[in-house]
Amino acid sequence: MNVAPLGLAAAPLPGTLPAQRVPVGAGQLLTACHLARERGGRLAALWASDERDLARGFLLRVALQDADGLTVLELTLPDAEARYPDVAAIFPAANRMQRAAFDLVGVAADADDQRPWLWLASWPIDRFPLQRDFEASPKWAPGQEEYTFVRVAGDGVHEIPVGPVHAGIIEPGHFRFQIVGEKVLRLEERLGYVHKGIEKRFEALGVADGARLAGRVSGDSTVAYAWAYAQAAEAVAGVTPPPRAAWLRALALERERIANHLGDLGYLGNDGGFAFGLAQFSRLKEELLRANHAALGHRMLMDWIVPGGVARDLDPEHGRAMAAEARRLAREVQVLRGIYDEHAGLQDRFRNCGRVPTDRARQLGLCGMPARASGIAHDLRCDLPEAPYDLLQVRRAGQTGGDVAARVAVRFDELLESLRLVTVILEAMPDGPVATPWSPPSRAGYALGAVEGWRGPVLVALDCAAGGGIRRCHPQDPSWSNWPVLEHAVIGDIVPDFPLINKSFNLSYSGHDL
Amino acid sequence: MTASAFLSQLLQLGVALLLAPLLAGWVSQCRAWLQNKSAPSLLLPYRTIHKLFIKDAVVAHNASPIFRVAPYIVFGAMCCAAAIVPSLSTGLPFAQAADTIALVGLFALARVFIALAAMDIGTAFGSLGARREMFVGFLAEPALLMVLFTASLISGSTSLPTIVDSLAHRDLAIYPSLAFAGVAFTMVSLAENARIPVDNPATHLELTMIHEAMILEYSARHLALIEWASALKLFNYSCIGIAIFVPFGIAAGSDDWAAILGAAPALAAKLAIGGFVLALIETLSAKMRIFRAPEFLGTAFLLAVLAMLVHLLLGT
Repeated sequence: MNVAPLGLAAAPLPGTLPAQRVPVGAGQLLTACHLARERGGRLAALWASDERDLARGFLLRVALQDADGLTVLELTLPDAEARYPDVAAIFPAANRMQRAAFDLVGVAADADDQRPWLWLASWPIDRFPLQRDFEASPKWAPGQEEYTFVRVAGDGVHEIPVGPVHAGIIEPGHFRFQIVGEKVLRLEERLGYVHKGIEKRFEALGVADGARLAGRVSGDSTVAYAWAYAQAAEAVAGVTPPPRAAWLRALALERERIANHLGDLGYLGNDGGFAFGLAQFSRLKEELLRANHAALGHRMLMDWIVPGGVARDLDPEHGRAMAAEARRLAREVQVLRGIYDEHAGLQDRFRNCGRVPTDRARQLGLCGMPARASGIAHDLRCDLPEAPYDLLQVRRAGQTGGDVAARVAVRFDELLESLRLVTVILEAMPDGPVATPWSPPSRAGYALGAVEGWRGPVLVALDCAAGGGIRRCHPQDPSWSNWPVLEHAVIGDIVPDFPLINKSFNLSYSGHDL
Repeated sequence: MTASAFLSQLLQLGVALLLAPLLAGWVSQCRAWLQNKSAPSLLLPYRTIHKLFIKDAVVAHNASPIFRVAPYIVFGAMCCAAAIVPSLSTGLPFAQAADTIALVGLFALARVFIALAAMDIGTAFGSLGARREMFVGFLAEPALLMVLFTASLISGSTSLPTIVDSLAHRDLAIYPSLAFAGVAFTMVSLAENARIPVDNPATHLELTMIHEAMILEYSARHLALIEWASALKLFNYSCIGIAIFVPFGIAAGSDDWAAILGAAPALAAKLAIGGFVLALIETLSAKMRIFRAPEFLGTAFLLAVLAMLVHLLLGT
């Protein structure tokens, strides 16, 4: 985004990713956000850090993404009492990010909604974990938390609380439905039950160790997070991974996408009462994960991507097996897609269920895979391609229906495209070393990493201290933008369709609660 | 009542009580096979019931006596139903006290009590399930009555043993009306036994449940009785289906004990086939949106009425 017309000065961030930082004042923050909104940009992340030890008060960072790349607006706040302008009026997704920034750092937006978001009474309400003087070690007695849900009044309206403990084995989240009969009038989410203090933990680690933690932010996206983190760490250190490492990373990222789409397509069938689909897709996913384990040492490929490259090379024999597997999988997936598409009962469940029309998706800032089902064809692999995606020519998926059926179609399209990419990568991958000798950066530095994970764009903002320690690391999951859209997707649908709609998004709890 | 009739009655009740969990196990085993999964043990339902009986029951503090007695009433109603549905022979002295209309009433009684118990605790899911159950029930019961009336018109009696006697022990005749009634009965049975496409007995999604949502608060012996009663209900429906549509092999009266015991293999074969067909239907269909249930059960009712009209028009 060109910020010169606003009278702002931009400094490029290190690395290959087109990213810049722009110091702004409070008024300029809103003008810059307005400009980004008009140019079709979206809010990628919003977070704050405590910089009082450097005598700079607090720093609020707002990352915007548009066709030109990423722009990080930086607003310095003199103290915790200073409020910053409410970005949620421009980007609705900012609401929860601002509340989370207050819970963790203690700086609040000048907004009406001041309810806590990640705070669930597990630490005193007047203490803020990401302030530098907060001790992580003391055990706090659990407190009492009162959260005000918006209630719908009227004849025949009642409320169903669901979770955070569910009947199945899934992650915890609370959903408050206001219904009349079976029809959902309103859904409100309450998350934060898996807050683990990941950002606080980062601050105690060196840049090298941080890679392991980054790979554990959300287990199903471990490759995307590890790659985004490695990108940022390499940018700060001024290291470029060898070409073969980049290709191997892309192989891992596509295999992660394949595994997750296989799993979710099975569960989408199962939630529609079609258990046959679950059995078949689970079998395919399990074979893929076992092949991962055999070839690269871990089913989910955890800790395989490290700053500087990848941990071990793929031997040619496993490479050939993966290519054969990809072709076989593509055939099997085509057959299963035919079964899903022609099953009247299943299609009746999928069609017109959980619709997010394009204008609503744009307004709320939907991103990633569900956005591509709602007519917003953004994909970092095509929009800001990093090596090797600049050579791969990814065919982006695109549907306009915005319902569960469209998201299922996008998943099938992306699954088949990823299987094609896997075979292309395995053919075209250059030989050579798989890692560049790498040592943690000795000087302080700041960089971003952004990778299109299977859910959507994963962003890691890494702030390194002099001497190789992490000063602040903020991982941003696409779920931050998409959870609020889910609340809108179910309005007007019936209660028993919620699990299906929810599964069609399959958002991360862990990546969101941090 | 002769001793022989009494014994026949007792035998068939015992068979129903003991075989019902086996039928449930068989259906889940077939389902697993059809989905390319390795199947659970055939005896799993027995083990589950046994496990639940030896556990300590947890009851909500605000539970009223209705919540506590409902499992016994439901189980009792299913036992009474089992006592008037002929499985091996038509020698059922108890059946003289209750005809098919009373049978539908027994199912309704069980339904009302389980729904009351679900609402008794006051959890959101209980009321949700109860509401859906009554919604499905009030659509399914008329269709079931119509099916039974068709069979009654053919045999001139509303007593199931008499229906079986007249259908099974006369010259082979093809009843077109029974074909319509058979389809209607299958659809009603799927809905009444909480099966796909109306309900999903294997689901863990609390928001989509019907039957499971009502029994979420039950544990231990109460849950064991409800599970057993569900298995009995499936067994009863299977036996009603067999009695009306494929009654061949069921012994007449209670005097010929060789015939009664000889009916056992036929019963086992029919149940095995029926269970497999149920698993096949469940595997092939997806669960429908709950508001499709009126269309589904409306179709069942229409078919049942057609069956009756066909009988009245053709006189067969």
